[in-house]
Amino acid sequence: MALGKINNRIMQGVGASPGIAIGQVRKTDRSRVVVHERVVEKGQVPEEIERFRTAIAKAKEELKSLKKHLGEDKGDEHLYVIDTHLLILEDGMLVKETQGFIENEMINAEAALKKTFRKFQAFFKDIEDDYLRERCVDVEIVVERILRNMVGKPLESLDSGEGQSIIVAHDLSPADVLQINKSKVIGFVTDLGGKTSHSAILARALEVPAVVGLERVTSEIEDDDVLIIDGTTGMVVINPDRDTFQQYLRRKQHYEYLESELLKIKDLPAETIDGHRVVLKGNAEFLEEIPSLKGHGAEGIGLFRTEMLFFNREEPPDEEEQYALYSAVARAMAPQMVTIRTLDVGGDKFIENLNLDDELNPALGLRAIRLSLRQPEIFKPQLRAILRASHQGNVRIFFPMVSGVAEIRTVKTILEEVKTELREEGIPFDEGIKIGIMIEIPSAVIIADLLAKEVDFFSVGTNDLIQYSLAIDRTNEHLSPLYEPLHPAVLRSLKMVVDAAHAAGIDSCICGEMAGESEYLPILLGLGFDELSMNAVSILRVKKILRRCSNSEAQSLVARALEFSTAQEVEQFLKNEIADRFVQSRD
Amino acid sequence: MHVVRLTETMLEQEFSIVNKLGLHARASALLVKTAIRFTSDIKIIREDVEVNGKSIMGIMMLAAAKGSIIRLKVRGDDEAEAMSTLGELIKNGFGED
Repeated sequence: MALGKINNRIMQGVGASPGIAIGQVRKTDRSRVVVHERVVEKGQVPEEIERFRTAIAKAKEELKSLKKHLGEDKGDEHLYVIDTHLLILEDGMLVKETQGFIENEMINAEAALKKTFRKFQAFFKDIEDDYLRERCVDVEIVVERILRNMVGKPLESLDSGEGQSIIVAHDLSPADVLQINKSKVIGFVTDLGGKTSHSAILARALEVPAVVGLERVTSEIEDDDVLIIDGTTGMVVINPDRDTFQQYLRRKQHYEYLESELLKIKDLPAETIDGHRVVLKGNAEFLEEIPSLKGHGAEGIGLFRTEMLFFNREEPPDEEEQYALYSAVARAMAPQMVTIRTLDVGGDKFIENLNLDDELNPALGLRAIRLSLRQPEIFKPQLRAILRASHQGNVRIFFPMVSGVAEIRTVKTILEEVKTELREEGIPFDEGIKIGIMIEIPSAVIIADLLAKEVDFFSVGTNDLIQYSLAIDRTNEHLSPLYEPLHPAVLRSLKMVVDAAHAAGIDSCICGEMAGESEYLPILLGLGFDELSMNAVSILRVKKILRRCSNSEAQSLVARALEFSTAQEVEQFLKNEIADRFVQSRD
Repeated sequence: MHVVRLTETMLEQEFSIVNKLGLHARASALLVKTAIRFTSDIKIIREDVEVNGKSIMGIMMLAAAKGSIIRLKVRGDDEAEAMSTLGELIKNGFGED
């Protein structure tokens, strides 16, 4: 690749889909067609109508061929977007209204179509529901496609350029992302978008590196500029110098090599060389993440977060809405297990209408299970929805931020009430559903033996456990060096939890970030955790190291690690102990 | 001129939208694709707005979020089958999650 212009400019956006791409820019114009209204002679009216109809027919052909092409490539699960667009093209309303404007107002077809759209748009602007209001975008995309065909500037296919390129656009629709051909498009960057936009989720599912939310990238970059994008960090380098280029090229090759190596162990068991099995699961909060979890060999979902349903809305989701999501996830993962966590937020993040007072100390405030117990009108529908979903697959339920036995007993009483209601209503659920608690408060660690008698499993939330044990707010930058996962207090806490669980014959799991960080694996293994749940992309890395570990060595490693007095000593010890054995897989 | 055929039957029934996203793109598409299989005239009413059940833009204009009540009016040779098929689809949340 020729390195012409060099300016090595760096832009920071949001990493939407991991991976590194290096290539030439192809800007694609996804902006709107500018339409000028002009009056046409009466004799020209049929001609305008004909132009309009031809443009529609052409758009239909384009979409049908796109659908055929995508169907072969990617399966048809996301093709409904295109079906919807085809139905809009065939919609009598769109055709009749536009034709009416051409005939009655004697204007050109482009302007008539634009008028039809505005009329339609006017209906939409007052809709309260975000999802439904956004559907206007689908009509707009179709209208733009027709307009482009009329002005002779058809929407260029994302695959059309020579060779491989990185697409730079103001924004890409989910349909755009779906039509990406990975042999021609190696990544994309956009001005708009966020990590949870539908396009970002699809990019991750299709494993196309992407950086979004760059705000001005389309005005900063020219066609044929050379671009490096790092979809993990969200960094974009424009026209890199030779050193940066070489550095990323090596990083990219290394990343790809590791990815391809990792995929080889996807179907191999997660067990140590001495035959000890650890269950590796994924954390998730969207249905769309499931293909990626399966693709990385997840043995179930160890933490399904439900907060996403509750954010940014005026009313909490009702039972049916929650049931729809939980049951879809349960079905998609079955027969593997899905562990659903009840609402885990504080009043600070929650939906607007709860009218909670501002708290001086939200981390120690009314949050998680405490909030659920205070709001049975929100808690019960969630329990009902999870229980009903348990009939559709293999579901467990667990409760965040439990601090004592009385609290979990209250929760169990409510759960039993809800079960009784369901039985009386004849609604099926899994009678044997397992329940668990998050262990993240020091009090729960200290009385883990008592709590173990009340539940079927423990799941340690390491992030909060470290924060509460060490009294460190991890978002406070002055304190971040003190946030020490290997602090002896943390290690002893983890040991107490596992030991209490095993003494009571229940499972101990970890669903916090420590589970996905492979350098901690020997410790977690040696402590005896039965199950680790992490982000999809970490699963195979952890499995690879696990398959090289010996359980008996890990146990003696932990015994010695527990003897040190400071986190630094533990860390140094671990580095020395495992550097030789894991040097190939650590970098 | 619209002729009101008083003697002819017309089926009318109310449904509640149960799926999470309401009558969004995919659900609207499914509703239209199902409706156009029938020869009956199909109207959907929500509050004061009445639209053609075979028009996706019409259905989108209903802005029927989850929990809204819509009324189906079906008139024609295959009205009974159309009503039961469409009714099932809506009640089942369009087979979504």
